[in-house]
Amino acid sequence: MTGARVTASGWGWRHAGRSRPAVSGLDLDIRPGERVLMLGPSGAGKSTLMHALAGVLGDDEDGDETGELLIDGRRPSASRGRVGLVLQDPDSQVVLARVGDDVAFGCENRAVPRAEIWPRVGRALADVGLDLPLRHPTSALSGGQKQRLALAGVLAMRPGLVLLDEPTANLDPDGVVEVRDAALRSVEASGATLIVIEHRVAVWQHVVDRIVVLDPAGGILADGPTDSVLSAEAERLAAAGVWIPRFPPATPDRRPRSDGPSAEVLLSADDLAVGRVPFARKQAVVVAHGLDLALRAGTATALTGPNGTGKSTLALTLAGLLAPAGGRLTATDALAAGLGPAPHRWRSRDLLARIGTVFQDPEHQFLAGTVRAELTIGPRALGLGGAEQTERVDALLHRLRLDHLADANPFTLSGGEKRRLSVATVLATRPRLLVLDEPTFGQDSRTWAELVRLLAELLDTGTAVLTVTHDEQFVAALADARLTLVPGTGPASGAP
Amino acid sequence: MSLMTPEIRPSAIAGVNPVAKLAVALVISCALMLSIDWVSAAVALALEAVLLAWCGLSARQFWLRTAPVWIAVPFAVLTTVLYGQDSGAVLFSAGFVSVTEGSVALALAIGLRILAIGIPGIVLLATTDPTDLGDGLAQVLRLPARFVLGALAGLRLVGMFIDDWQSLALARRARGVGDGGGLRGRARRFGGLAFALLVLSVRRGSKLATAMEARGFGSDEPRTWARESVFGVRDTLVVLIGAAIAAAAISAAVLAGTWRFVLA
Repeated sequence: MTGARVTASGWGWRHAGRSRPAVSGLDLDIRPGERVLMLGPSGAGKSTLMHALAGVLGDDEDGDETGELLIDGRRPSASRGRVGLVLQDPDSQVVLARVGDDVAFGCENRAVPRAEIWPRVGRALADVGLDLPLRHPTSALSGGQKQRLALAGVLAMRPGLVLLDEPTANLDPDGVVEVRDAALRSVEASGATLIVIEHRVAVWQHVVDRIVVLDPAGGILADGPTDSVLSAEAERLAAAGVWIPRFPPATPDRRPRSDGPSAEVLLSADDLAVGRVPFARKQAVVVAHGLDLALRAGTATALTGPNGTGKSTLALTLAGLLAPAGGRLTATDALAAGLGPAPHRWRSRDLLARIGTVFQDPEHQFLAGTVRAELTIGPRALGLGGAEQTERVDALLHRLRLDHLADANPFTLSGGEKRRLSVATVLATRPRLLVLDEPTFGQDSRTWAELVRLLAELLDTGTAVLTVTHDEQFVAALADARLTLVPGTGPASGAP
Repeated sequence: MSLMTPEIRPSAIAGVNPVAKLAVALVISCALMLSIDWVSAAVALALEAVLLAWCGLSARQFWLRTAPVWIAVPFAVLTTVLYGQDSGAVLFSAGFVSVTEGSVALALAIGLRILAIGIPGIVLLATTDPTDLGDGLAQVLRLPARFVLGALAGLRLVGMFIDDWQSLALARRARGVGDGGGLRGRARRFGGLAFALLVLSVRRGSKLATAMEARGFGSDEPRTWARESVFGVRDTLVVLIGAAIAAAAISAAVLAGTWRFVLA
């Protein structure tokens, strides 16, 4: 089996109901077996192109097509099965309940004879390094495993073209390497053509042959061998939000606080155990215990450690959203401001000016129909006057470059815009302690730098920040203290 | 153990094609719906009890799974005894309440009926893997693949509802709108959460649909099935046993003179 050839001539696509085309004037020729990294600022139409290549963009009702896009000389919709697509979100790609059945799903759709399906399934699972029984439930997989499963499902179809649309954006660093290596091993074995979209160039830079940079204004900004594109375009790409190792985003100078360890304690944990209460149970299942920490005003604490060690659960507990499963969690008067010492007993409204929480998935937090209404919810719940509400909201809209989106529905924003909005909703009530769960996952370098700058400013004004993160750059840029959760044993603390 | 991947102990019943099990449950239910009398229900229940030995459920699993039926029966019986259509000698009477020979017989018939229909239905489903049922529906009954696999993939999303619900509720608490407002506020929040869950599910569903399409699903070309669903001699036999139970129940009732055709 050989790789597929991709040719585009003057190709473009405008989604129905949009005035501007997502992609236009695209000319491209990708040779069989080539490995291409596709870059471009957000909004350049990278995902649209990937969906088009996979033949899942829809028909005339869904948008207007111009020019021609061909795979081995045929239209993508006639080449389904020749093309395999892995998407960003691990959860929404699992189709069936068991590992083997899920991998077999694509083969069945391509009418592969039954006797041939199971050897293919075994081979694909081996290729992606997913060494699990065929009857293993897919619901029990981690994010990285789910992405490798999705990849196996695509590989079992023996595609000539493998498309990866930010396949590692939602994964921890181990998961990123797992998925990348699995993809490489398999295209190496099959000779398939590979196209990857990814913000983080460092992950793919040494394993692809060619980089194509899409221009948001239409067509292609740069196209050529990896090294020459990176040396010629690095600065421009970095400015557009692409992660280029030689051009890391600027980080603010954080002067070490003179009052460092003596700064006022806002929240302290003493032999704290955290866990969630499962559905229809009374007793919490403890995921981490024996935790001691103090969150101080103006200090950033990073919470790190592998997946499944209870980082998010600890963050939600510190944020007053979950009750402690054991030990003590005490809010000092500086934070409680007249309320009792147990944050989980505070009323929802009382949390607003005290502890703000930014969830990992911004969509979980959105409540309103427009960006402006979304931002007004907090100030209104605090009982602020109309003028004060408007003033705070306008300032935040401007500060986070969301003014032009004030009337847009939060769900229609791009990933970076959603993240900025979810942070802004929390800042609108000016909490003394800010808890963030993986705020930089999948963000381009511009949004990343903005976030870091914003948090640095808050820290300077005396806000305490606790961040669950896998992002070492983020830790290096901001954290004053670090707590690493280790599976099974107690936590290890230390300097960042 | 979960909704989509139940752990099913190997047993004579577990190995039967799910379509055959579905047929048995339907045949017995239909037969018992035709009449309300205690003899037909009692005969069916007795015969089913004999077959339970082959179902492979432990005693604990059996009582847990069938608990809803055991809870429903006393209520149905009690209300029928007290308020059911009266006939025959009056055994007890006070105000609205009157207990007669007729209402007691009716209550008995209804109680036994719920057990005779409910227990085999639950037991047969408890020994069935949803994926196998899907294979059977598509390959044996030739239902459209789009429908069967769509339902199967959708059912998997239901398993995520509980987690999503909890996350949404926590997020609302963090946004300052998680409590207060008394009973009305509580009702409004419940509605809001339910709507948010709906939005989230629809979005996830449409992403899943794209992922399925990207793997070649939904074209009009024929597809193959990785897992073969065979309807063999044993499955036919099981359906025949089900039909025999239904026939025995009806015959016994007719012979005993208790058969009361509800449609007549």
